[in-house]
Amino acid sequence: MAHDPSVRVANPSPDDIGPWRLAVHLPSERGASRIVTESLLEQLGIHGWETADVFSIHLAAEEAIVNAIVHGNKLDPHKQVYVECLVSPELVRLEITDEGAGFDPAQVPDCTSDERLEVPSGRGVMLMRTFMTRIEYNEKGNRVLMEKRKG
Amino acid sequence: MNLSEGFVCMPTHQRIDVSKVGDVTVVRFNDRKILDEAKIIEFGAELFSVVELDNRKSILLNFDGVEFLSSAALGKLITLDRKVKSHKGRLKMSNIRREIYDVFLVTKLNKVFDIHDAEAEAISAF
Repeated sequence: MAHDPSVRVANPSPDDIGPWRLAVHLPSERGASRIVTESLLEQLGIHGWETADVFSIHLAAEEAIVNAIVHGNKLDPHKQVYVECLVSPELVRLEITDEGAGFDPAQVPDCTSDERLEVPSGRGVMLMRTFMTRIEYNEKGNRVLMEKRKG
Repeated sequence: MNLSEGFVCMPTHQRIDVSKVGDVTVVRFNDRKILDEAKIIEFGAELFSVVELDNRKSILLNFDGVEFLSSAALGKLITLDRKVKSHKGRLKMSNIRREIYDVFLVTKLNKVFDIHDAEAEAISAF
């Protein structure tokens, strides 16, 4: 992936309810998700999303970006996470891509099983699947597409 | 540590607010959103100090005002619960807003943690 720190933002006025888009490269640093989530939350409010859905989308975005930074890129400062967002009144789409080796999401252990219930980690993918209406990984496992449709 | 009669030296906390209601230590969170890794590490350390250094046995985490927490925060709570139990203490939680409680439900952590609707109810249950 090219090292491109640019941010492309199409920012409508509050009267314009056309979709908002964001495309940004994040550094592989703890806390970098805030670069995306602050704008994302603002736009969810502008586009009329309800509190419960805002929470769900925020949670899924946070989990996916942290997974990409920590598990995908292994916090490697030479690697970035590419995030694309779209927010409209009816649809939110998030695509997160890391530069890691990928993984098989089907192999993630069930975090609700008795033997894993008290393990401190391993809940991110399950939360993403639960709180979004659609989630798909590419074959390699270094890119995830998530959608939330209203209603 | 008692400096003089009636005075107790309390460690300073940035991420949490600690008070006592009878024998129960009530912990509130200063952050509305518990997701930043650095803050989670800090609140974890502050919570652990309440258990280990202050030797508190009955601890209530009051989540009033907390709007969001990530799975990393859940992991820290699991570790805290284990630490309290290893110190022969009891940990309860209260005032968890609906969206966050749904996270406890889907992860089945409502079976691990002792959760109450409100602080008064939780305190009376110790």
